[in-house]
Amino acid sequence: MRIPPKYTQMGAIAVLGGATLLTLAVLVFIIVFVLDKGLPVVTWTFLSADPEDMGRAGGIFPMIVGSLLLPLLALIIALPMGVGSAVYLCEYTRETRMTRVIQFGTDCLAGIPSIIFGLFGLVFFVEILHMGWSLLSGSLTLAIMILPTIIRTTEEAIRAVPNAYREVSCSMGATRWETVRKVVLPNALAGIVTGVMLGLGRCISETAAVIFTAGMVAQIPVTACDSVRTMAVHFYILAREGISNENAYGTAAVLILAVLLVNLTAYWTMHAFIRKRAR
Amino acid sequence: MRFSADNLAQHVFRAIAFSAIASLLLIAVFIFKEGFPFLLRYGPWNFLSSTDWHPETGSYGVGAMIVASLWITAGAMLIGAPLGVAGAIFLSEFVPRPVMRIIKPTIELLAGIPSVVYGFIGMMVLAPLVRNNLGGPGLCVLNAAVILGIMVLPTIISISVDAISAVPNSFREGALALGATRWQAVRMVVLKAARSGIIASIILGMGRAVGETMAVIMVAGNTIRMPHNVMEPVRSLTANIAIEMSAATGMHRQALFATGVVLFVVIMLLNSLAMAVMHRRASR
Repeated sequence: MRIPPKYTQMGAIAVLGGATLLTLAVLVFIIVFVLDKGLPVVTWTFLSADPEDMGRAGGIFPMIVGSLLLPLLALIIALPMGVGSAVYLCEYTRETRMTRVIQFGTDCLAGIPSIIFGLFGLVFFVEILHMGWSLLSGSLTLAIMILPTIIRTTEEAIRAVPNAYREVSCSMGATRWETVRKVVLPNALAGIVTGVMLGLGRCISETAAVIFTAGMVAQIPVTACDSVRTMAVHFYILAREGISNENAYGTAAVLILAVLLVNLTAYWTMHAFIRKRAR
Repeated sequence: MRFSADNLAQHVFRAIAFSAIASLLLIAVFIFKEGFPFLLRYGPWNFLSSTDWHPETGSYGVGAMIVASLWITAGAMLIGAPLGVAGAIFLSEFVPRPVMRIIKPTIELLAGIPSVVYGFIGMMVLAPLVRNNLGGPGLCVLNAAVILGIMVLPTIISISVDAISAVPNSFREGALALGATRWQAVRMVVLKAARSGIIASIILGMGRAVGETMAVIMVAGNTIRMPHNVMEPVRSLTANIAIEMSAATGMHRQALFATGVVLFVVIMLLNSLAMAVMHRRASR
């Protein structure tokens, strides 16, 4: 017998809705679980003290510094390259074979797994360029890793700037560079900030590429040639070697809060951007 | 030619625009330089098909790890693809727009959870569950597949929702006007139109699963062997690189880079496939 369409529709909605709820439940569970176990460990001492006994006791202060410095340096390197690429693709060329090749390269770079970035950083920055396991090697590797994110989001932001703005600017005698600098980029700023925050989030949570290039010495770096250990790497070492589950939960809680904060900021800026565009 | 700031800017931007493709080439060149000569010397077929990995005696066969990676990835897609696509259909077709605008960013936000945290959840929550209910050590193919299946959800949902939302409303209205129910319209019209985007999202998710390293190390058990059932511990290609790299020298190190070459080629193929599928939609 044929089931009436009304019932197949109800069945389909139930199954699809169930799958959606399950997805959300699992993802929310992960965050709640880690925060629930980890937050009680997070005290002021935990945040401000050096680790002792390989992380069994003490705090995570040097790792917090590492998790701030490494992504920041990576951004300083990646931002001009990413924004520059996007400006060239959107403002200086039409779609040609060459721009398609550049875009293909950007998409491929975005799909490369972090372990490959790690291997590359190890050979190229650490060994061939003699930078050693250092803040510098790590941030250069991460910069390449987040380059596609920044190019893509900046491109979208620049394409969202209405053409009338450019026409007005040019009609007033501005050169293309002046138009880019004074009209296009300021109007695309919120979109660029979104890309920056997303890249930052990826850097903070990265582990594989960081271990291979920045090393894992738990210290506050004095120069860019010193090794650093980020929170993600510290957490990995604590958890995998079973050094201290308690401190692992604590570090994970701080890590997740940091990533959520960065990503939320990204979405807020993007929203503000879209709302401004809609007006 | 007149020299001016405008001119200079153009040249600078053009040079910078090549940074991404130059980085990609640089990565390819150095991974291949370290791994490819070994691959040729050892024999590509020998390297890929032998299951005998004993660096101390000079045997470098990654066959067992390739099979392990395939099992884990296939399992992850079995879990992640239906859940993700179902979620995407529900969010874009059966949920009011304002609700979707809250849920979709929430799911994308969760893409930001570090992979090591997913791995930790696998160790602390999933492993005891598997061990007590299904037997085995708990750290196994099944555990890795479930964790990776969850990890690829944000990728699949986000890209699929975009693909489904891009289907013009007139398609739905046409189907509804012919007397189709909402679900019939979705199944017969909208999903057909969004098919290539959905397939691309699954391929990209697969790329993520193949390349994931840290989470897999934490949950797959890391024993090098051919899996016979999903309750056995295995070691994936990526895990092998990360675990042995720090202690590897000489031939052993070259063999690990050769593993990187294999991984690089597989990922590039998956990426190109996803782009070709998406491009077909765009050009239609």
